[in-house]
Amino acid sequence: MTIQFKNETFRDDFTFSNSPEAIRRFPFPFDKDQYMYAVNIEQHMPGPAKSATEFPIDIDEHYVSEMRDRALVLKADPLRCQSLPHMITAEWDLVELLMESMAKHYPEHFTLTRDGDRWHWINRPLEIDQTFTFGDAATLPCPPMEYVTRQCQGDFCLLDQRNDNLWMDAGIVTTQADWSLDFDMGMNFMEWHGPVPLAHDMGVFDRALKFLLNLQQGRPVRRLNWTMTVNPRLDTSPENYHKWGIDRTTVTPENVGNKVHLRVELQALWRLPRSNAIVFSIRCYLIKMEELVTIPKWGRRLHRVLRDLPPELVDYKGLTRFRDTTVDYLARHDDGAPTSPGFFPD
Amino acid sequence: MSGGVEIPVRVVAIEQATPTVKRFSLAARDGAPLPLYSAGAHVVVAMDAADRRIKNPYSLIDRSPDGSTYRIGVLRTQQSRGGSAFMHEQVAVGSELTITMPVNLFPLNRTGRKHLLIAGGIGVTPIYAMAEELARQSVAYEIHYAMRDSAHGAFADELVARHGDRVRLYRDDCQEVIAVDRILPNQPLGTHLYVCGPEGMINAILAGGRAAGWPEENLHAERFLAPPGGSPFALRLAKAGITTEVRADQSLLEAIEAAGVDAAFLCRGGACGQCETRVVSADGELVHNDHFLSDDEKASGAKIMTCVSRLKGRELVLDL
Amino acid sequence: MLVSNIKSRPVYGGLKVDDAARRHLVAAEGEGALAVLAAFAGRAEATARATVLYAPGGSAGEDHAAKLAALGLDDLFVMPSQATLITRLNVILATATMGTRLYAAGVEGFIGSVVAAGMAHGVDQASIRTEHRGSLARRVQCVHCKGMTENVTVSPVVCSHCGIQLLVRDHFSRRLGAFQGVSVNAETPGEIPPAEELYA
Repeated sequence: MTIQFKNETFRDDFTFSNSPEAIRRFPFPFDKDQYMYAVNIEQHMPGPAKSATEFPIDIDEHYVSEMRDRALVLKADPLRCQSLPHMITAEWDLVELLMESMAKHYPEHFTLTRDGDRWHWINRPLEIDQTFTFGDAATLPCPPMEYVTRQCQGDFCLLDQRNDNLWMDAGIVTTQADWSLDFDMGMNFMEWHGPVPLAHDMGVFDRALKFLLNLQQGRPVRRLNWTMTVNPRLDTSPENYHKWGIDRTTVTPENVGNKVHLRVELQALWRLPRSNAIVFSIRCYLIKMEELVTIPKWGRRLHRVLRDLPPELVDYKGLTRFRDTTVDYLARHDDGAPTSPGFFPD
Repeated sequence: MSGGVEIPVRVVAIEQATPTVKRFSLAARDGAPLPLYSAGAHVVVAMDAADRRIKNPYSLIDRSPDGSTYRIGVLRTQQSRGGSAFMHEQVAVGSELTITMPVNLFPLNRTGRKHLLIAGGIGVTPIYAMAEELARQSVAYEIHYAMRDSAHGAFADELVARHGDRVRLYRDDCQEVIAVDRILPNQPLGTHLYVCGPEGMINAILAGGRAAGWPEENLHAERFLAPPGGSPFALRLAKAGITTEVRADQSLLEAIEAAGVDAAFLCRGGACGQCETRVVSADGELVHNDHFLSDDEKASGAKIMTCVSRLKGRELVLDL
Repeated sequence: MLVSNIKSRPVYGGLKVDDAARRHLVAAEGEGALAVLAAFAGRAEATARATVLYAPGGSAGEDHAAKLAALGLDDLFVMPSQATLITRLNVILATATMGTRLYAAGVEGFIGSVVAAGMAHGVDQASIRTEHRGSLARRVQCVHCKGMTENVTVSPVVCSHCGIQLLVRDHFSRRLGAFQGVSVNAETPGEIPPAEELYA
């Protein structure tokens, strides 16, 4: 299956949009009409054909444009990609995981040929043809984690495991929902989740950490998280908040359908073989309200979720200024009919 | 499946390394390369004995460069419940076994500046893998390996060949002991110590580390805790509605599995916490052999680690 | 003592002497000296193995150097500033052995600097013993320009580098020894909420 890559932007004129196929495969995160923070971890098993979870690493029509946006972010702020020296083995593990998966599931676009440590990587959409020695960083134009993640959708964090905790000791983060890799580097699991309201007292992170410390090789897991973003902006970093924060004041009843986006993170975690580290991938999907309501079940359900969201979460997710306008818009697409259980469209 | 992905393997070579240790080379039955792993990892080997299924954890010594085989080392133990005896007596070249994916509960601390690897007897297996990895990474390390006598130094020659003067050997029959009071006091900041061997040796080395003023964070041990046997007792699984018996030579977890219940596990050595199970009632005394539960938790009797712990008494009822 | 429910903020467990340690390497600034005095006074076997680095200035006006000298320490270095203290600390750490235990006492930013120095020499952060003394003022990192603003007692505060009005978030980075400051009025340009005295 050949993907038709779109040419679009996630800044300035914001030409991003989803094709009808991309809307149908959107990883809608609510399986019920209400939402509460939960661990909601499941095995990262192949999902239905053409869904966002069909393959372990999902490449879609936004690939080329997203990679262009990532390059712009890194050019302006190199601190978005950092790695402590002891994470180099995990970096190579990540190279293997991503290249193997992309080449296996998208052979029209990516090819990996291995001859011992001599690897040959071809990335057709980005017009890259690279021969390198696996394990020798000097044979790549930039460090291994940065090299491969400049060519793969999603943010990636590499977590070292020691002293019965996980430590965020490397990562590339350019499409984040308002958290700073530079600030959180070196933190442990409890520390980097510090600002999340409610969940600590529920014991959510204690249980999640215990689970992840025993995460097994060959058994990756995933969960969905969500927030909302005004304009299809990938780089909603705190670093640039003084530039994009103003967007939140620009939502009107006339533009809400086009401006307000549901932002879903498909988070997946793998145990890496050589390093015993864990890779935490955070793949961001955006969908406009006017695209979302083309799936009637989703329009009804998101209306009910947003309307009944606890105030702490409204505030934490940064929805305060535009939630009411969005709820009003979605109310027009909610006839009160019951919704079927599960995530998928009827 | 609750121990993770399983790999069917075949024994392709057996080597009598010492009078009491055999080394087994295992290859995937489908011929595929075996997964990479990090030094210190183990696999759980499932053996189908005539009347039951035995599962024991064994550290991975190495993986052949082409990935076709793993090596494990098995000491024939006196108080074996049958696992090591089965490996020594029943397993031959061509025998089929099942292993789990590698799991690492004894990893190198990668922030370390220098690493002291200390092994006694069969405890050398994870240490061997760690030394290989440190050599590859050009990090500073020392190896201290204690054995009963030269005939029991299963890995001594290989270690010396690969690591040269980084290896110090100690022979019990020559009254050579690992002098922790000389080795440990002058190690530079950022050194980590890893010890694997008999319980008494581990305790002595760790005590030596503390006496030299080392902080706990830099002291790491793997205790080879084979599930001890005991008296038989009745077992009831409340949720499953199953009543069965735990035999004298069976672990609690093995009895649960034999009853057809898919219980979670990882290390089968009392370390990881994965098999923690709620106790509904116990007619008798819980014998906690794990290193996971705190003393308070053990005393409360509310939980049990089924891989190594058992009951001394009549009947145990679990929330399974 | 700092009491807070900020999950990312380290727990400062107090300056308890680790009797197993072969050498005590203690860094203190300002009123942190009082924690050192409390922990080591009357402990001859500990003071005989202790090296104390002390920067009087810091958060406290009073100079505790004389009282520290009276402890009978193996070594006492009175340094003119936190920066020179850290420089001296790094020299000592470079040749220290595993029996050395590192201690830090003083304001939060100083503790952060000492812990960072220890980690840079391979010391596990969990083995460093710390006690907060003195001002509750925060060191704040501006997330926008990455500049550090010291001795922050109010929120919002003006970034001393780029001038952005910063809301001080309850999110602490041990690596940076700092709280996170984020633009307070990005969504309401020109509006500046009144500064509240928070951490004096």
